[in-house]
Amino acid sequence: MQGGVYDLIAFANKVGAESAMFLVGSDGELPKYEGTVYLADVAACGEYNPDVHKQLLLEIIAKVKPDMVIFCHSSYGWDLAPRVANALKAGQVSEVVDFVDGLPVVPVCNSKLRRKVAVTTATTVLTLQAGAFSLADDPTGTPTVEKISAGGTGRIEFAGYEYAEKGGVDLTKAAVIVSAGRGIGKPENIAIVAGLAKALKGEYGASRPVVDAEWAEHNRQVGTTGQTVSPKLYVACGISGAIQHLAGMKKSEFIVAINTDKDAPIGEVADVLVVADLKQFIPVLTEKIEAM
Amino acid sequence: MNILVCIKQVPDMESKFNVNGEGSWYDSADLAWRMNEYDEYAVEQAVQLKEQAGGDLTVLCIGPERVKETMKKALAMGCDRGVHVADDDSFKKDPFSIASIIAEHAKVKSYDVIFTGMQSQDRGSAQVGVLAAETLGIPSVTTIVGFVFEGGKITVKRELEGGVKAVVKLPVPALVTCQLGLNTPRYPTLPNIMKAKKKEMLTVPVAELLKTSAVQETKTIYFPEKKGGGLILEGDIGELADKLIKILKDKTAVLA
Ligand SMILES: Cc1cc2nc3c(=O)[nH]c(=O)nc-3n(C[C@H](O)[C@H](O)[C@H](O)COP(=O)(O)OP(=O)(O)OC[C@H]3O[C@@H](n4cnc5c(N)ncnc54)[C@H](O)[C@@H]3O)c2cc1C
Repeated sequence: MQGGVYDLIAFANKVGAESAMFLVGSDGELPKYEGTVYLADVAACGEYNPDVHKQLLLEIIAKVKPDMVIFCHSSYGWDLAPRVANALKAGQVSEVVDFVDGLPVVPVCNSKLRRKVAVTTATTVLTLQAGAFSLADDPTGTPTVEKISAGGTGRIEFAGYEYAEKGGVDLTKAAVIVSAGRGIGKPENIAIVAGLAKALKGEYGASRPVVDAEWAEHNRQVGTTGQTVSPKLYVACGISGAIQHLAGMKKSEFIVAINTDKDAPIGEVADVLVVADLKQFIPVLTEKIEAM
Repeated sequence: MNILVCIKQVPDMESKFNVNGEGSWYDSADLAWRMNEYDEYAVEQAVQLKEQAGGDLTVLCIGPERVKETMKKALAMGCDRGVHVADDDSFKKDPFSIASIIAEHAKVKSYDVIFTGMQSQDRGSAQVGVLAAETLGIPSVTTIVGFVFEGGKITVKRELEGGVKAVVKLPVPALVTCQLGLNTPRYPTLPNIMKAKKKEMLTVPVAELLKTSAVQETKTIYFPEKKGGGLILEGDIGELADKLIKILKDKTAVLA
């Protein structure tokens, strides 16, 4: 089961809505849910095809006539939601983190600001930020299943999956992770971060831009499109704290951030934010730790 | 090959933000502006496609006069011409309106491939590209991290979660939205910056292209409450290091 199903149920509960679910899956693996699940067979349409999935969903929407259509803000949701919104002439609000006074709230500018949005169309389409809504109790219930099937093939042809290379360092096993962000400025400065990691007997990790620039290998990337880690200590060096990075490390036991920007969103999850230039601060810190 | 790339000018995310007088958006005063990061990958891919297949590459940007600075960077990277949709109120426009403007421009231009970023860094709706494609009735793929054009067809890698990518093929005309790491955006060289100054920059008033009305509006914009008891340490570097070491000794077992 793809993560997020229970986020959707939690949201429906929070707004006190009656709900029905559209699911691409199989009979053998249904969510615990009290309601109707419109089930499209994973064998027939498990490979995401936007045209086909849009059509399936629009047929159900025509039947159920919902006020709100909600998706997870995932590669599936952010792709499909605008297609459905456009077909329904509905306003869409993306990456909802809260729902206040009947209105969705979304992050702006890398979470530095929040925005409350009012949709002016009859139907509202929302995508929910991963983890923003969760069930207080374990899910219960057995859904009523109604099978649906897709016609047509769509204009986009699926040609297979590619998986990240396995091997190399396994960050999930490290007790201490010191991660380098774009704030390191240049590839040579990985050494500064790696030096602190070594002094703390840990491993070094990285944010996505550092990996994209090939300053660190992909298996060191922390975040939604990298590793999810929960070490005893996580030190974020020159990392702003984008939601996709936080998702991969916020469960760490103790979080230290080193950043020149006092307002960097990493401060939201950090136990300690050291406001300093990492290039000056880390070598001093490393030396003191090594001297202990 | 006729190519369009749509870009947005956004503030540097490290800026100190303030809320504007109406409480409807961030204040645009005293900000440093740059090209939306995702769009840099879009421009680079569009330029690479043009270099490979030949043809003409237009860069489109909606916004006030100052966005022309960002458009000049795209021209210096290799776009052939600019279409500046002049709109002092672009910051208020919802994704649907922005997409409608793009579609209205594109529908008479028969572009073969349209590139956009997967989202903007400020608004972050991740809707505009898809909405524009749906309005134009052309196929689209979001969040691409690989792009190949061969035999009249596009093959892209679409990023999913946890390091998995889906390989998908689609015919042209098509629209793709670009994700971080798709390529390595080039730095404009000085000669190319000079050349860019002579390239065509057409200004179109937004009223000529906006044929729809908004489907949503911002009620308020505000700073999130600071959660948690995170400690902020500032000051002399040596003292900071001592303080941090003491905290790590007290609160974690890693220096034991
Ligand atoms: C679908 C999707 C998936 C993604 N997946 C991931 C993922 O898995 N992992 C991930 O990390 N990101 C991911 N991202 C990207 C994410 O949104 C951010 O762009 C990224 O995390 C930013 O990395 P950063 O913090 O290193 O860089 P920036 O956001 O550029 O931040 C750099 C920070 O360094 C600070 N700084 C600058 N100079 C110094 C200095 N000298 N000393 C100290 N501090 C300094 C700045 O104040 C700033 O806070 C994803 C994005 C999308 C859309």
